[in-house]
Amino acid sequence: MKSAMDRVNLARHKKRPTTLDYIKHIFDDFIELHGDRCFKDDPAIVGGIASLNGKSVTVIGHQKGRDTKENIYRNFGMPSPEGYRKALRLMKQAEKFGRSIVTFIDTPGAYCGLGAEERGQGEAIATCLIEMAGLKVPTISIVIGEGGSGGALALGVTDEIWMLENAIYSVLSPEGFASILWKDSSRSSEAASMMKLTAEDLKQFGIVDKIIKEPGKGAHDNPSKTAELIRSKLLMGLSKIEGIQRDTLLEKRLNKYRNIGEFSI
Amino acid sequence: MINIFEQLFKKTQYAKLKKDAVMNIPEGMWIKCGSCKSNIYANDLEETKQVCPSCGYHMPLSAWDRIELITDNESFIELDENIQSLNPIDFPDYERKTKTSTLKTGLKEAVITGIAKINTEDVVLAVMDSRYMMGSMGSAVGEKITRAVEKSIELRYPLVIFCASGGARMQESIFSLMQMAKTSAALGRHKEEGLLYITVLTHPTTGGVTASFAMLGDIILAEPKALIGFAGPRVIEQTIRQRLPEGFQSAEFLKEKGFVDKIVERKDLKTVLSKLIFFHKERKEA
Repeated sequence: MKSAMDRVNLARHKKRPTTLDYIKHIFDDFIELHGDRCFKDDPAIVGGIASLNGKSVTVIGHQKGRDTKENIYRNFGMPSPEGYRKALRLMKQAEKFGRSIVTFIDTPGAYCGLGAEERGQGEAIATCLIEMAGLKVPTISIVIGEGGSGGALALGVTDEIWMLENAIYSVLSPEGFASILWKDSSRSSEAASMMKLTAEDLKQFGIVDKIIKEPGKGAHDNPSKTAELIRSKLLMGLSKIEGIQRDTLLEKRLNKYRNIGEFSI
Repeated sequence: MINIFEQLFKKTQYAKLKKDAVMNIPEGMWIKCGSCKSNIYANDLEETKQVCPSCGYHMPLSAWDRIELITDNESFIELDENIQSLNPIDFPDYERKTKTSTLKTGLKEAVITGIAKINTEDVVLAVMDSRYMMGSMGSAVGEKITRAVEKSIELRYPLVIFCASGGARMQESIFSLMQMAKTSAALGRHKEEGLLYITVLTHPTTGGVTASFAMLGDIILAEPKALIGFAGPRVIEQTIRQRLPEGFQSAEFLKEKGFVDKIVERKDLKTVLSKLIFFHKERKEA
């Protein structure tokens, strides 16, 4: 039985497949599109148009690097506002042309730097949330690694939320959690188990709709097999959602989020 | 040699105040300004509605004081006053923390919602209170905000939200994160209905609240010098390993960068709000 921290470590494994790895394996063709048309292109988020079994879909995801050099280029998968604005531009484009949208979530969180604040990190994420909730095309998000905070959620307001078996999704990192709680970030393992951040936890809460099993020791053990599993689920999942009438779909999506929360009246 | 050093580092003797002399000032008479650190007579602060008379710093205002300041006399009708967060992830000690917060503040949650009049204009109003668990958003805050949005749609009244929050409530983990999506989705419907939504960002507005309903207003107002940002200043400093420039993430800074429509002093807020609401009313041609 894997502990929560085992999952955290697997989700962050340096050989874990990234968004572009999955895109290459899952889709028959992919053309990447760049830029937010306002400021610049953010390499921490990739997006474009792909072909899945003869159908066009828009694919967007956080992008981590493979080595130090690429991680610096990708900012360790931590997007700036322009990344979210690019994502939103591509989503609105998908809506215009009636393409379904698939997003891959894998980020420690939105970047916390000077420029990101200056250019409105909060506004960029908020706008993604409100716009995604109302997109008139089918949407599926898959947490493939780290689902860190608002920076992850900004690509995650979708008809269905799926998670890979060893992926995590939470309000902040276990280290951040531990440092707030005990002023000691080294107690992350304890924090991880308290936070209920595993795919299984989230499925039990009814927040995540589907868990995708990982082969062997985890996705990194057999990336192409993992991709094949995602592909088959996507083919089924998309055709199911695409069959739902548009108004019903939107209402269902709104209700999904409307009903999340545990409170007494 | 030793003697010389002892002389060098010998502390200068100051006259010491007797402990009683310090303690003699009645408690709560003087309050230190959070910005210029000057001592302010408590009665003066009450008169200025918690605005520092010497530097103009707007100190946090409790939700009820805010409601009294903004709404017409006895016009406020509270909604959903009993909604409280449960403990969805069985977080240790969470119930005790919320109880302590309730005892300290008299509040059941970090936001108060209701229907009110602002200079005779009908509104649905939500006011956050940063004293209750740092104004953090968990299930209850998300639900109350969402219900306020729905009430605004139902009555076709404008919606005004006063934000004051440290962000998502970590004790509810994924549930608090999802409140960002929940409130934003509700506001998406509100937008489609063509209704007015004004947010007022007060000190401090950060984290998950900034990255959801706070930044989604048709019009975004802010109080002077309020701290507004996604990441908190400490987190940014740790990330970039430098000190932040003076005034970074202040309301004035956000206005300069294009993220706030207008900075409004506390004493003018009621008038500005009612004017903005009036501008959005259907008016017959004169």
